[in-house]
Amino acid sequence: MSLLTIENLTKAYPGVVANNDVSLEIGRGEIHALLGENGAGKSTLVKAIYGLVKPDAGKMTLNGADFEPANPSAARAAGIAMVFQHFSLFDALTVAENIALGLENPPPQAQISEDVRKVSDQYGLPLDPEMIVGDLSAGERQRVEIIRCLLQDPKLLIMDEPTSVLTPQEVTILFETLRKLQSEGTSILYISHKLEEIRALCDNATVLRLGQVVGTCDPRRTSARDMAELMVGMALQITSKSGKPLGDVALRLSNLTAGAPHQFGTALKHISLEVRKGEVLGIGGVAGNGQDELVAALSGEMKVGAQMVVMGDIPIGALPPNKRRAMGLCAAPEERNGHAAAPDMTLVENALMTGATRLSLTRNGFLQWDKARAFADAIIETFDVRTPSANNTARSLSGGNLQKFVIGREIMQNPDVLVINQPTWGVDASAAASIRQAILDLANNGAAVVVISQDLDELMEISDRFAALNEGKLSEPRPTQGLTMEEIGLMLGGAHGMEVAHVDA
Amino acid sequence: MLMLEKRSNPSRGWTYASPIVAVILTMILGGIVFAILGKPPLETIRTIFFDPLFSEFAWFYRPQLLIKGAPLVLIAIGLSFGFRAGVWNIGAEGQYIMGALGAAAVGLAFYPTDSWIVFPLMIIAGTLSGILWAMIPAVLRVKFKTNEILVSLMLVYVAERFAASMALGAMRNPDGMGFPGSRNLSQYPSAANLEIFAGSGMHWGVVAAFIAVIFAYVTLSRHILGFQVRLAGQSPRAAAFAGVNPARLILICLGISGGLAGMAGMFEVAGPLGQVNVGFNVGYGFTAIIVAFLGRLHPVGILLSGGLMALTYIGGEIAQSNLGLPSAAIQLLQGMLLFILLMVDVLANYRIRFAAGEK
Repeated sequence: MSLLTIENLTKAYPGVVANNDVSLEIGRGEIHALLGENGAGKSTLVKAIYGLVKPDAGKMTLNGADFEPANPSAARAAGIAMVFQHFSLFDALTVAENIALGLENPPPQAQISEDVRKVSDQYGLPLDPEMIVGDLSAGERQRVEIIRCLLQDPKLLIMDEPTSVLTPQEVTILFETLRKLQSEGTSILYISHKLEEIRALCDNATVLRLGQVVGTCDPRRTSARDMAELMVGMALQITSKSGKPLGDVALRLSNLTAGAPHQFGTALKHISLEVRKGEVLGIGGVAGNGQDELVAALSGEMKVGAQMVVMGDIPIGALPPNKRRAMGLCAAPEERNGHAAAPDMTLVENALMTGATRLSLTRNGFLQWDKARAFADAIIETFDVRTPSANNTARSLSGGNLQKFVIGREIMQNPDVLVINQPTWGVDASAAASIRQAILDLANNGAAVVVISQDLDELMEISDRFAALNEGKLSEPRPTQGLTMEEIGLMLGGAHGMEVAHVDA
Repeated sequence: MLMLEKRSNPSRGWTYASPIVAVILTMILGGIVFAILGKPPLETIRTIFFDPLFSEFAWFYRPQLLIKGAPLVLIAIGLSFGFRAGVWNIGAEGQYIMGALGAAAVGLAFYPTDSWIVFPLMIIAGTLSGILWAMIPAVLRVKFKTNEILVSLMLVYVAERFAASMALGAMRNPDGMGFPGSRNLSQYPSAANLEIFAGSGMHWGVVAAFIAVIFAYVTLSRHILGFQVRLAGQSPRAAAFAGVNPARLILICLGISGGLAGMAGMFEVAGPLGQVNVGFNVGYGFTAIIVAFLGRLHPVGILLSGGLMALTYIGGEIAQSNLGLPSAAIQLLQGMLLFILLMVDVLANYRIRFAAGEK
C-alpha cells in the first residue's frame, strides 16, 4: 500500500501553470526521485505536500486518508519533514539550540543534546550538539537539518537537492543514512538533477517537464542519458573532446600567493599550475575556498606579483584587466548580476563592457555603438540567448540566459586563455550542454581553459586534468582519465570532523 | 495592501514624467505651505513660476534667468559625472568660492593692464583653483579612504572663511576707503565678463554652460569615460572587472566637478557679482545638487532644471518684495522639489501593486 498518493494536482500562478494534472505515488519505504529542470514544477509540487502552497485542484491522500495541509506545521504533524536546499540555521547558536528552534514543542536542552547524540549515532551522522553552527561545514549543517527532521519521526522525508553542497565522501555518508531510514520504513522524496545519484539511490523516478508528468521510470534500469532526454524533452548533444595533442604552456602560475581581499575572503597560498594550449584544466572545491580570489588574480581585478602569473613568457601578474584582455586572457566570474554583467545596463552595453578592448569597439575613446550592437546580436544569435532584443537590460533575462550571454561574450572574443568560474550554475541541462561544448570547441581551437566549478560531474566531463582548491591551496593537478570519486574526495580535503560512516545495519 | 514591485526594465515613461509630476506636486504642496504662512497660495505660486516669464516686467526678469541659470547648470553638469559614478561631491560651493578667488587674484594682479590675455587667464586660474580645491577630498579618498562627502562639505566652510579673509585683507580694494571687498572687476574692461549682447543676460558664463552641456552629452553617450562613469555607479564590481580604475575615476569626477564649479565662480566674480566680498557666495553650489538630480543627471535635463531653479530664485525674489514671503520659504520650496522628485522617482523603477493580505 502506498504512503502518499497525489491525483491530478494542478496549481497555476498568473501566467504560468506550475503543476498541470500531476499524479504521483510514493510507497512505504520507497526512495522516490523527482526529476526535472529548473522551472519544471518540482518546487511547487513539494510545497503543496509540505503545506506551503494550496493547490487549485487535485487530491492528496496520506495513509489512505485525505491530506490537505493548511500550513507546514500541519504537514509536519501528519509526518512530513523537509530538508531545504538552503539551510535555515542561525550561525551564532549551537547545533542543539538550532534544533530546538525548529521543533514545535522543544524538550529541555539537555534532552535535545541527548536525542541528537542518539540519532546521530544511530544513523551514522557524526555531529556534536554543542558545536556552534557557524563553525560547521556545509555537509555538517545539512546533518543538523536532517537530524531536526528525524527527531520528529517522519513518515515521509523530502530532500531538495541535498548533494549540491557536499563532497563525495559526505554524499556517501548521506546515502548510507537514507538507506538506513528506508530500511526502517521511512519514505523519501528525493529531488535532484544529478542523474547518477538517482540511479544509485532511488527505487522509482517521476519526471516533470513544464509542470506535467512526462514519464516515470525505474532509475536502476534506465540510463542517465535516457532520463536526461526525458527531462529535457529532446535529444541531448554529447560533448566531445578532440583528443588533439596539447600545445605549449599558455598560462603558468608560480607560487601565487595573495592576502584575503576583504574580511570574508580567502587568502591564496602558493598556487602553482600550468595550462597548455588546447587543454581544459578543471578546478573543483566547495565554494568559499578561494575560487573568487583565484579568478580575480587571473582576470586582473586583484593585482599580484608580476611573476606569479605568466602568459606565454610574459609576466602579467601586475597588469590591469584590459591589458590582459588585449594579450588574450578573458575571464567570466561566477556572479552574473553586478560582477560579470551590470544588471541595469542593456545587453549592448554589457557586450561593450569586456569586448571593447579585443574587438576594438572604441575609436580614440569614442564608443562604436553600431559595432557593439552587432557584437551583442552575434552573441545572442550564436548562444541562443532568449531576449526580445539586445536593448533589454541584463536583469530582465533569466539567470540561464544571462549566463549564456556572459560566457558567449568571452568565448566570442576568441581568447588564448579563458578562465570561467561556475560556467553552468543555474543553467538548464540543454543550455549547460551547449556551454560545455562551446568551452571544448574553444580548447580544440588551441585555447587554454581554466574551469572552476563545484559540479564535479561537469569537471570530469570536460577537463583534461583536475585539481582541487581547498582553503586557498591548490592540489597537484591530475589527469581526469581514471580518477575515481574517492580520489577526488581526498583531493578536496573533505570537511573537518569527517569520519567513516558507522551505520549499524 | 500597497506593494512595490520592481520593474524588470525601468519605465521610460516615468523616467521622463517624474520631474514634471514632481514640479506639479511641489506647486500644490508649496501652495499649501504658503497658505499656512498666510499668503494667497495661487498668487504666490503664480508669482514664483510665471511672473518672471510672462508678467509685464518680464523683459527685466528674462535676462536674469540666464544669469542665475548659467552657474547652476555649469556646476550641476560637473556634479552629474560624480553622482553617476557614486562619487559624492557635496562641496561644489567651496570649489565655486575658490574658483572666484583664484580668478579674482589673477584679475587684480594684472590691474590695470589693458590686455586681451587677462580674461582667458582668469578662466584658467578659476578652473584650476576649483580643481585643486576638489583634489583635497579626492586625494584623501584615494589615499586614505576618507569620506568625500564630509571632506568636501567641510571644505566649503574653510573656503568661506578664506574668502572673508581675502575680502578683508590681501584682496581689499586699496581705493575702497576701508570698506571690505575687492575692486570691482566688472568695471575693469580686460577682466570683465560682460554681456555679449547688451540687455540679453548672455554673458560668457552662459556660453560656457551651453558648451558644458554639449560636452557632457557627448561624453556620457559616446565616450568610454562616460560609459565607465555610468558602469562604476551602477555596479562597482562589474566596473572593476571591466577594467575601470576606481582611483582614477574618483580623481577625474572630482576634477571635472571642481573645475566647472571653479569656472562658474570665475564668471560670477568677473560679471554679475563683480567683486570678492565677505559672504559673496549665495549657495549656487548647493542648489546645483538639486538641479543635477532634478535633471536626472542628464545634460539636457540639467539645462531644463537649471532654468526652472533659476526661475524659483527670481520668482522668489519677486514674491519676497511684492508679497512679503520670507526667503526661507523659497529655500523650503526648492528643497521640497528634490524631496518630492526622489519620491516620485520610485515609480520609474517600481510599479505599485494593490495586493490582498494573503501572499
